[in-house]
Amino acid sequence: MESCNCVEPQWPADELLMKYQYLSDFFIALAYFSIPLELIYFVKKSAVFPYRWVLVQFGAFIVLCGATHLINLWTFAIHSRTVAYVMTIAKVLTAAVSCITALMLVHIIPDLLSVKTRELFLKNKAAELDREMGLIRTQEETGRHVRMLTHEIRSTLDRHTILKTTLIELGRTLGLEECALWMPTRSGLELQLSYTLRQQQNPVGYTVPIHLPVINRVFSSNRALKISPNSPVARIRPLAGKYIPGEVVAVRVPLLHLSNFQINDWPELSTKRYALMVLMLPSDSARQWHVHELELVEVVADQVAVALSHAAILEESMRARDLLMEQNVALDLARREAETAIRARNDFLAVMNHEMRTPMHAIIALSSLLQETELTPEQRLMVETIMKSSNLLATLINDVLDLSRLEDGSFQLNIATFNLHAVFREVLNLIKPVASVKKLLITLNLAPDLPEYAVGDEKRLMQVILNVVGNAVKFSKEGGISITAFVAKAEYLREARTPEFLPLPSDNHFYLRVQVRDSGSGINPQDIPKLFTKFAHNQSLATRNSGGSGLGLAICKRFVSLMDGHIWIESEGIGKGCTATFIVRLGIPEKLNESKFPVLPRGSSNHVLANFSGLKVLVMDDNGVGRAATKGLLLHLGCDVTTVSSGDELLHAVSQEHKVVLMDICTPGIDSYEVAVQIHRLYSQHHERPLLVAITGSTDKVTKENCMRVGMDGVIQKPVSLDKMRNVLSELLECGHQMSSLARV
Amino acid sequence: MDVAQLKRQLFEYTTLLFHEGFLDEQFTQLQQLQDENNPDFVVEVVSLFFDDSQRLLNELAKALDQQNIDFKKVDAHVHQLKGSSSSIGAQRVQRVCIAFRNYCQDKNVEGCLKCLQQVKQEYSLLKNKLETLFNLEKQILAAGGSAPM
Repeated sequence: MESCNCVEPQWPADELLMKYQYLSDFFIALAYFSIPLELIYFVKKSAVFPYRWVLVQFGAFIVLCGATHLINLWTFAIHSRTVAYVMTIAKVLTAAVSCITALMLVHIIPDLLSVKTRELFLKNKAAELDREMGLIRTQEETGRHVRMLTHEIRSTLDRHTILKTTLIELGRTLGLEECALWMPTRSGLELQLSYTLRQQQNPVGYTVPIHLPVINRVFSSNRALKISPNSPVARIRPLAGKYIPGEVVAVRVPLLHLSNFQINDWPELSTKRYALMVLMLPSDSARQWHVHELELVEVVADQVAVALSHAAILEESMRARDLLMEQNVALDLARREAETAIRARNDFLAVMNHEMRTPMHAIIALSSLLQETELTPEQRLMVETIMKSSNLLATLINDVLDLSRLEDGSFQLNIATFNLHAVFREVLNLIKPVASVKKLLITLNLAPDLPEYAVGDEKRLMQVILNVVGNAVKFSKEGGISITAFVAKAEYLREARTPEFLPLPSDNHFYLRVQVRDSGSGINPQDIPKLFTKFAHNQSLATRNSGGSGLGLAICKRFVSLMDGHIWIESEGIGKGCTATFIVRLGIPEKLNESKFPVLPRGSSNHVLANFSGLKVLVMDDNGVGRAATKGLLLHLGCDVTTVSSGDELLHAVSQEHKVVLMDICTPGIDSYEVAVQIHRLYSQHHERPLLVAITGSTDKVTKENCMRVGMDGVIQKPVSLDKMRNVLSELLECGHQMSSLARV
Repeated sequence: MDVAQLKRQLFEYTTLLFHEGFLDEQFTQLQQLQDENNPDFVVEVVSLFFDDSQRLLNELAKALDQQNIDFKKVDAHVHQLKGSSSSIGAQRVQRVCIAFRNYCQDKNVEGCLKCLQQVKQEYSLLKNKLETLFNLEKQILAAGGSAPM
C-alpha cells in the first residue's frame, strides 16, 4: 500500500451498518435543510413574529448541522484530507452557532411563555366582558319595559284600566305566573283580592285580615320583599299536584287621597292606606328574583300609586265641576229673575212717580189757590183739610220714592260745606211751633268743640234730625225734649251698640253724635228692632192717631248708613220716654282753598256787602301813587283809611280798631311776610287780630304759598279793580265775623 | 264852545288816548272812584304821579351817570316807577319800565341808557296828553257842565 494522507476511519467499513448510517445521515441532512426553509416560509407569511434574529441563528445552526451530517456521508469511506478539513470546519462552526443559539434561547423562552400567559388572561377577560354585556342588555331591556309599563299606566286616567294594565305588563315583562292586587276594604280591616292577572273570574269576597305579620312586614317597608309562597296572600292559585311553587314577592302600593295633601306638611306615613301587590314567578323553574327585577317592581308600585292618585283627583275635580255648573245655571236663572223683578219695579215706580205727582201737584196748587179766595169758615176748614191731606200724601209719595232709590243704591248724597250750627237752629225753629202747642220744652245743647262748618249732605242731615226730633215731639204728650250734639271721641264710638260698626276717625273727618231724649210714651223694648223696618207701625194707643207712613225711621236709617254712621233707639219701657241717638261721619272743611282766598262759607247767604262804611282799614304801600290809588278805592267804598309807607310804620300804627290791613308785598326792601308774622305775634287771640290781605302783582304759586304760610287771610292781585276789592272785602268780613264767633262758642 | 261840544271833544280825546295805548283800564278805575266826596281824585293822583316820576327819572339819570353803576339801586327806582305807572294806568310807561328792568338784571348799560331815554320820552308825552285832558275838563267845568265821566 502506498502511504497516503488519507485518514483512516476509526472503524472498518461494515457494509450493512454503513449503509444504514449513510441513509440516516442523508435523511437528517435533508430534514435539517428543509426545516429552516419551512421556518423562513412561515415567518415570511406571518407578520408578527418578533424574533427574526433568533430564527436566523436557529436556521444557521440547523443548516450547519445538516451540512455536518451531509459531509459525514463522505467520511464512511476513505476520504481525503480536504474532506476531513471541511468536516472539521463545519463541525466547529456548528458548535459555535449552536452554543450561541442555546444561549439566546435562555433569554427568549421565558418571554415566549409569558406571551402565552397573557393570551390566556385576555381570553378570560373577554369572556367576563361578554357576560357583563349580557347582563347590561338584560337590564336595559328591563328598563325599557318599565318605561313602557309606566307609559301604559299613565296613558289612562281610569282606575281599573291602570290596574289591569299594570298587572298585564308586569306579567309580560317579568314572565310571571301570577300577579295579584289586594286592596283594602272600606273598613280598612281587611284586604280584598281585587285584580288578578291570569284568573279570569275574580274571586269576589276573598279577603284576608290586614294585620297579618307578613302583611305588616311588607307594609312597613318600601322595598319589594320576598314572602313565603304559603302565606295567605300568595295562595291564590289552587295548588295542583306536587310542584315547587315559584318565588313570591310582595310590595306595598300607597293609596294617596286628596286629604293627604296638606300644604304645610307632607302626608304622614302612618295614616296612609296601602294596597298589596303580589307577584309569583313560574313554578318549577329555577328562576330566582334578581335584584333588578325587584327594583323594577318597586318602581312600578310607586308609579301605580301616583297614577291612581291622579285618577282619584281627576274624578274629584270632574265631580266638583259638574256641581259648579249646575249651581251656575241655577244662579243665572235666579239672577235673571231678580233683574226682571227689579226692572218691573223700576218701571212701576217711574210710572207711578210721574203719574202720582202730577195729580198731587194739581191738587196742592189748586187748593192753595182756593185758599186765597173768599171762603166761608166751613169751606176754609175743608180746604185746609184737603191741603193737609194732600201735603201728607205728597210727603208719603216722596218718602216711598226716596226709599226705593235708597234701596236701589242709586242714591247719592250731595256733599258740600255747610253750617252745622245753622242746621240745628233751623230744626229748632221748625219744631218750636209744634212743641209750644203741646207745651213741650225743647233744649238744644251744642258742644263747644263742635265745628261750625262741616262737609256733608246738609239737606239729608236736616231731614234725619228733623225726623228724629219730630218723632220725639210726636210721641210726647208732656215734659220736654233735649237735643245734644257733640263730637264723638273714640271711646264713645266703641260703645255704640253694634259690633259691625267700626268707625275710623281720620284727619279730615269727625263723627257727629246727636242724642234726642224725650219724656214721652216710650217704646216696649221688644218693639225696638221693628222700628227701623219699612212700614212697620207701632200700634200702641198713643200712636194710632199720629199718622205717618212708618217710613220715616227706615229712611233715616238708610241716610245715616250712607253717611257712614249708625242710628239706634233705646227705651226703658212704656211710659218711660225714649232716647234716639245717631252718629254720622262728616268732613272737616279745609281752612284755606288754593283757588281763592278766603274760605267761602256757603251756608250763610253769599250777598256782597255794598257799603263798608266806617270800616277801619290800614294800607301799607311804599309807592305814593299806589297808596293814593288804593286809598281812593277804599274811600269810595266808604272805608276809613289810614296809609303808611313802611313796615315799621305799619307795626306802629296798627291797632285793634283796624279791621283790615292791606299790604303791598311787591315792595323790595321790606319783608312784608315778616311784618305779617309780627302782627300775628302781637295779636295772639284770633278774633282781635285785624284781617291781613296781601296785594301782589305776581301770579305765581310761590307767592300764594308764602302768603298762606305767614297766615294771610286773603290775596288780591294787581290791578285792583273796584269790584275785586269789594268782593274780597265782603267775603273776608263775612268769614272773619264768623271765624270770630267760632272762638266765642 | 258849548258844553256838549266840549264833552264830545273830551270823549274823543280820551278814547284816542286809550286807543293809542297811553292809558289802560286802570285809569278808568280811577275815574270811577271820583265822586262828590272826592271830586279831584284823578287830578290828585296824576299830579302825585308826575312828581314822583320826575323825581325818579332824575335819580335814574344820576345813577346811570356813575362810573360803577349800582344796578340794584337802578332796579329799585325802575320798580317804583313801574308800580306808579301801573297804578294810574300809564300803559306805555309801564311797558318800558318792564324792559328797563330786564336790562338792569342783565346789567346791560347800553340797554339801560336806551330805556331811560325811552321812558323819559314816554313820560313827557303822557304828561302833555294828560295835561291837555285836564284842561278840557276844567273848561267843561267852567262852562257849567257837570263833572265829566
